[in-house]
Amino acid sequence: MQEAVRFLQPDAEPLDRVDFVEQSLIARRGSEAPSRGLPLTIRGLKKSYGDNEVLRGIDLHIPAGQFVAIVGRSGCGKSTLLRLIAGLETIDAGTISFGEAARPEDVRVMFQEPRLLPWARVLSNVEVGLGRDRATSDAQARADRALTEVGLDDKRGQWPAVLSGGQKQRVALARALVSNPRVLAFDEPLGALDALTRISMQRLLERVWHDQAFTAVLVTHDVAEAVALADRVLVIEDGRIAHDVHVDIPRPRRRGSADLAALEGSILSNLLESAGEPLQQ
Amino acid sequence: MSLIESLPKASRLRLPRADGLIPWIVPLAIILIWQAACVTGLVSARVLPAPSDVALAGWKLLLSGELARNIWVSFWRASVGFVIGGGIGFAFGLANGLSQLSSKLTDTTLQMVRNIPHLALIPLVILWFGIDESAKLFLVALGVFFPIYLNTLHGIRTVDPHLIEMGRIYGMTDGELFRRVIFPGALPSIFVGVRFALGIMWLTLIVAETIAASSGLGYMAMQAREFMLIDVVVLSILIYALLGKLADSASRVLERLTLSWHPAFQKH
Repeated sequence: MQEAVRFLQPDAEPLDRVDFVEQSLIARRGSEAPSRGLPLTIRGLKKSYGDNEVLRGIDLHIPAGQFVAIVGRSGCGKSTLLRLIAGLETIDAGTISFGEAARPEDVRVMFQEPRLLPWARVLSNVEVGLGRDRATSDAQARADRALTEVGLDDKRGQWPAVLSGGQKQRVALARALVSNPRVLAFDEPLGALDALTRISMQRLLERVWHDQAFTAVLVTHDVAEAVALADRVLVIEDGRIAHDVHVDIPRPRRRGSADLAALEGSILSNLLESAGEPLQQ
Repeated sequence: MSLIESLPKASRLRLPRADGLIPWIVPLAIILIWQAACVTGLVSARVLPAPSDVALAGWKLLLSGELARNIWVSFWRASVGFVIGGGIGFAFGLANGLSQLSSKLTDTTLQMVRNIPHLALIPLVILWFGIDESAKLFLVALGVFFPIYLNTLHGIRTVDPHLIEMGRIYGMTDGELFRRVIFPGALPSIFVGVRFALGIMWLTLIVAETIAASSGLGYMAMQAREFMLIDVVVLSILIYALLGKLADSASRVLERLTLSWHPAFQKH
């Protein structure tokens, strides 16, 4: 607990608004759950594949415990940014640093595909998420707790093949959560789900983020999803952050409410205008 | 799912234990028709002996101990050759599936050798080994090698790269990655190779024993031909069919045990 409180101290080198945002996070969470997430600082980040420059210099600070959504057209570099944050690609130039030396178990990723091992039962798929702690005696108990967290404790002995798409994605979420990560990166995790399952998964994501207080980075093409879940929406265009929008709508947010819709509309029109296609009302 | 699950259950309730017997209806009918054709004189006993005569010949050979000895010799050759050839094929499949260098070094050579029909080597093998045991083992091992090599290689190469990336993200060591992701992912393909190899194993052994052997089922059949014992010839052929079926069933059972996670093998 004390360790967690330490991260709430303002950063050694604060960027603008950092203090304000962290204060507001604490205010929203109240005193019950101080964030145990890690802050994330990105400076001058560049990445190219061959001649194609995907990221052209990203500067970004994400305070501990913030829920950030990254939106943009396909090919804008948002997934690349996420893969760099998760350490899945090598950085060409610039730095990505977490508040302190992060252990591998501290940063987890969830993908659009559940990526479950079909030959392992649900429970052992979740145990995979423990990383180096797999061999410890409480591994199974921890995996069980993570499954309960996502509401699938009754499926622990099933093969992944018998689960529905939404259930598989919940197992993947449990696997990402089981090591109590302090940064969780989501790469379109709900992209392949049907509309109703998406909404219940969005609620689940919001709840586990609120309960476990990690820093969340969500890449999505769905602006409505971004404004419903995130504290802050980053719009990426041509490998740069084009807009940085703070979502000051109190939680729990009511889906379809006027202020969410208005914010969604303004972000969408930003996206479309920059591509020369003004949004018709 | 519930509909699919309920269908076989319902039919099993109506026909207890009948499911297991259905595949044997056709072979049984063939034997009955064959017997009838022989008894009525439709087929001459010099062309095809009646099943009862074949069974009698089998009984005599069984009593003399000759049948058991020959079956055992053939079975031993088949399994030892299979283990040697399959083991080497599996090892090369693993090496070439996991290592670019190994694949570049050996795959082209193996593909060239693969295109030689291994039975074409029989004259050479007789010159090398005579009609020694090693001749048969060599041919069986060579025949079994390629299907297992190719399917192991294919299985490892087609493991979902997303799963491998997932394993790395979650900190699996190379050994764990192999044991928990790559090998189980390649297993369905490896089993396809095993079943192909079992077919080739019998084929090779029979040809080798027919041409160059002094014991075994193939030799028994060739000896019987010398003495015009047509019932023994037919008996040998039937035993081949049974042994082939047995090997196939064994590999199916193994498949079912190890691939229980696979949707195709999930019990209804």
